Amino acid sequence: MRFVDEFRDAEKAHALAAKIAALCEPGRQYKLMEVCGGHTHTIYKHGLEDYLPETITLVHGPGCPVCVIPMGRVDDAIHLAAQPDVIMTSFGDMMRVPGSNGSFFDANAEGTNIRMVYSPLDSLKIARQNPDKRVVFMAIGFETTAPSTAMTLLRAAAEGIGNFFVFCNHVTIIPAIKAILDSPDLRLDGFIGPGHVSTVIGCRPYEFIAADYGKPVVVAGFEPLDILQSIYMLMRQLAEGRAEVENQYSRVVPWQGNPVALRAIGETMALRPYFEWRGLGFISHSALQIREKYAAFDAELAFQVPGVRVADPKACQCGEVLKGVLKPWECKVFGTACTPETPIGTCMVSPEGACAAYYNFGRFRRTRVAEAEVSRA
Amino acid sequence: MCLGIPGEVIEFLPDQPDLARVNVSGARRVINVGLLAEDPPRPGEWVLIHVGFALSKIDEAEAAAALQFLEGIGQAYQDELRALAASRIE
Amino acid sequence: MTIQAADREQQVLDRIDRARRRKPRIREERITMAHGAGGKASRTLVEAIFLDAFRNPLLEPLEDAALLAVGGASLALTTDSYVVSPLFFPGGDIGDLAVNGTVNDLAVTGATPLFLSAGFILEEGFAVADLERITASMRDAADAAGVRVVTGDTKVVQKGKADGCYISTAGLGIRAGDADLSAASARPGDAVIVSGPIGDHGVTIMLARGELDIEADVHSDTAPLNGLVAALLEALPGPGAVRTMRDATRGGVATILNEIARSAQVGVRVSEDDIPVRPEVRGASELLGIDPMYVACEGRLVAVVEGGQADRALAALRAHPLGAQAAIIGQVTGDNPGIVTLTTGFGGTRIVDLLVGDPLPRIC
Repeated sequence: MRFVDEFRDAEKAHALAAKIAALCEPGRQYKLMEVCGGHTHTIYKHGLEDYLPETITLVHGPGCPVCVIPMGRVDDAIHLAAQPDVIMTSFGDMMRVPGSNGSFFDANAEGTNIRMVYSPLDSLKIARQNPDKRVVFMAIGFETTAPSTAMTLLRAAAEGIGNFFVFCNHVTIIPAIKAILDSPDLRLDGFIGPGHVSTVIGCRPYEFIAADYGKPVVVAGFEPLDILQSIYMLMRQLAEGRAEVENQYSRVVPWQGNPVALRAIGETMALRPYFEWRGLGFISHSALQIREKYAAFDAELAFQVPGVRVADPKACQCGEVLKGVLKPWECKVFGTACTPETPIGTCMVSPEGACAAYYNFGRFRRTRVAEAEVSRA
Repeated sequence: MCLGIPGEVIEFLPDQPDLARVNVSGARRVINVGLLAEDPPRPGEWVLIHVGFALSKIDEAEAAAALQFLEGIGQAYQDELRALAASRIE
Repeated sequence: MTIQAADREQQVLDRIDRARRRKPRIREERITMAHGAGGKASRTLVEAIFLDAFRNPLLEPLEDAALLAVGGASLALTTDSYVVSPLFFPGGDIGDLAVNGTVNDLAVTGATPLFLSAGFILEEGFAVADLERITASMRDAADAAGVRVVTGDTKVVQKGKADGCYISTAGLGIRAGDADLSAASARPGDAVIVSGPIGDHGVTIMLARGELDIEADVHSDTAPLNGLVAALLEALPGPGAVRTMRDATRGGVATILNEIARSAQVGVRVSEDDIPVRPEVRGASELLGIDPMYVACEGRLVAVVEGGQADRALAALRAHPLGAQAAIIGQVTGDNPGIVTLTTGFGGTRIVDLLVGDPLPRIC
């Protein structure tokens, strides 16, 4: 596949690995955070940590929009789905996320009609095809996905569709990064910046990380070479004493972002005063709700949503894993009470979650490629 | 961070300027290109697809530049490996 | 990572291994779709409920067919139910699956498939013309496989209680010898071969449901494998040269590999670049965010053969029309017993575990 295969070349990976190793200051430990769940997934899927020297640790951040949804909101969605004549529609990633009384799959076993869709437009289509039903779309995702929900709302409004609603759980990335930076538990040296969020918001929003916190940021693509190259660029900044925002993913990410997308979001949505993030607590101005002008499509207004705040199970340490304070295997219930079949927390359910990624992809001893290199040469 | 796949634009749908058919390794899907309204893609151009929408155009020049950088690194590395193998001190 | 941290990590990994070996329990009170997907939930259901209730030595291997000794004859018995939706799809229909699926479960035990039974559950209102189409497909498939449908049953349920037509078939075959082709026979050094590109059937069905608006030139790979199996066994007649054969259905190739690793307590290591996947299947899977390794096939053989005979096995498969794109995808090792690992084209290694349920399309 074009624009993919070329960025998966093993030879070039070895080259980058060597260059990365060469930039490590002897005796210094490096902690780099990849914010994005998609990056976590790629890192584990391709065993990228095998290419890094022991002194570089990758810390997995909270950029998994499924992982940060509190159990109470899952309960709310199931409550909506249980209303008469409602078809709930959701992305596949949400289907197994546990609420207080089970997941969407479990709810379907009890009689709800929660259907998987690939796009919010599919949800709108279901609404058109089922005029006697009320179709609710569970909108999740960072700024990557919000424009798609926004465009769908605009289309619904233009077509005058009266039975389509959005249960909005979009969150924004910058407040999450800021929460990480302000967290006393964590000392990071740099950030592998979100790739696809940046196609929408551009690279400027990350400048405060370099300017105010002195940490380098490299916006990275999702192929293995993209991530390795980004790590190389971060290490180069650190070696040269620079702290800047660089764009490794320039073939896809425009520095200015996507103004049409930003306008669509601005037209249909507004920032909530605060929103609860699983594991990170309440963060102000970190999530989106539907604007008054489009209130007719707001599921939270059309239906009574319980809105009960549900605390995470005591055993769950998702919060610390999401902040990168704990590695997945350091969580007390990892792999025993909390497994992909019986997930306690969202880090284990979502394929992007650090715990699921580690359990599914990394769960055994690996020899470092660097060591293998030395013995090969 | 979310799943974005590169796809090639094949054609626009006749009376729907916002919709285009894209090709991903032979699998075809109609997607909404409304987010690229300020600089719409032309057939043959590549876009990044996410949940049924094109988020961005893939800039071939930038892609080529990125690959060139990687080629360069790869070549330098090959040269070094060869040099290492060729120079035996004993 | 420091030594202590590495040790702590290993302790956790050991704890996980022990947890995974514990007796399966059903925690749910109700059946969910995950229980039918062929992954972990399915296996837990079978072990905790059915194996527990019916426990006997003939059932315990939980292979594709049961091996029975009756009056001196060595028989294989299997059953399968077909609930696919839509009923008609590119490459075949539910009738093809109903015959081929059961024939294949017999073929991979080394049995010659002989007879099938066919039970139909029809929904009130189902079109007779559709039933005729399905039955014609079954007749043609049975002829191609060399089997006969010798008994059956029909039930009709009220509108809404079945999705048009469900079919359940049982198959009986006869085995010439008593070769053990079960998953437990795999040994380190063996080669793992797949008879053709993976994921065709599952992707075809997903697209045929029409909900995803993806078009692609994909079609189901449903086919009877007994001819292919015979060709393989003929080329490698030595006792134990062919260790294991399975047909990859629900849960895909990844599920088979895990069953082998688990049954034989060996490691299975496959190489991503060597696994054949059609470009259209790869493209559709990428669009959906699913992994072809877990997507159902309906006419693919997974064979584990003695390492030294791998090339001969491959040649035999490729000489057969159904095996033209057969490939050696990996090998059985002594490392990491019970675990399937995959080396990416990139050189990294990751685990290929069983999914809990169906591969869920990702957005992220």
